[in-house]
Amino acid sequence: MQAPVNYYLVLAAILFAIGAFGVLLRRNVIVILMSVELMLNAVNVTFVALARKAQSVDGQVIVFFVMTVAAAEVAIGLAIILANFAQRRTVNADEIGLLRW
Amino acid sequence: MDPDVILFWVVAVLSVASALTAVLHRNPVYCALALVMALFQVAVMFVALDAHLIALLQVIVYAGAIVVLFLFVIMLLSLEPDAPPRGRYGMRAASIMIAVVLGVEIGTAALISEPGAPFRVPFDFGSTRMVAQSLFTEHLLPFELTSVLLLVAMIGAVVMARRRA
Repeated sequence: MQAPVNYYLVLAAILFAIGAFGVLLRRNVIVILMSVELMLNAVNVTFVALARKAQSVDGQVIVFFVMTVAAAEVAIGLAIILANFAQRRTVNADEIGLLRW
Repeated sequence: MDPDVILFWVVAVLSVASALTAVLHRNPVYCALALVMALFQVAVMFVALDAHLIALLQVIVYAGAIVVLFLFVIMLLSLEPDAPPRGRYGMRAASIMIAVVLGVEIGTAALISEPGAPFRVPFDFGSTRMVAQSLFTEHLLPFELTSVLLLVAMIGAVVMARRRA
């Protein structure tokens, strides 16, 4: 017998909250990006769990797209971090206020 | 207890522990390694939920590509471990509170939703054939747009990473 789908949904909620916690708490932009990855993964778990419950692979296809977008996001994000570090020698989110009004 | 339920609890404990390590550890390298652990646990969840292709992609794309990229950048910048946080108690308390409220809120919604009685699914549910069939017929347009997105991301990353004149 399988563990009920609700278990997975609750676990995904916990992982999402941990990711959100990291985004709010940490000042290192690289760790903030990692936390965002964690949040995306929690959402993926929800998609797959509900896809199984609905007996449709549509949810799994969406996870495929989410992974693609996550990969693109990380590539761009890390490139921005590198370019910023080359100029300012910092990865602290508090010291990167270039776009702040 | 069923082996599947035992597996769930093992994965649950390991994933939450490694996710907390990834978020809280002061050394970014350890954060990245803990993140690998958490992503592997997510892959195990995918297998348990009959998403075999997605689980494989999870290991290849996340553990294989994304985290390596993270580690590469961390090593390239040769970062020191973050200084211990000082002050900003209000901000820290607020972020803990927001995270707890968020988790409890979504978790409760998931718990009280229709009880997830396990369904029987077709034998080949989540197989490459089944996912690919849906991907290349029903979702063909988004799939093609994905390639454009990747191209844009690639060009963007190259432009961003180039040394400024």
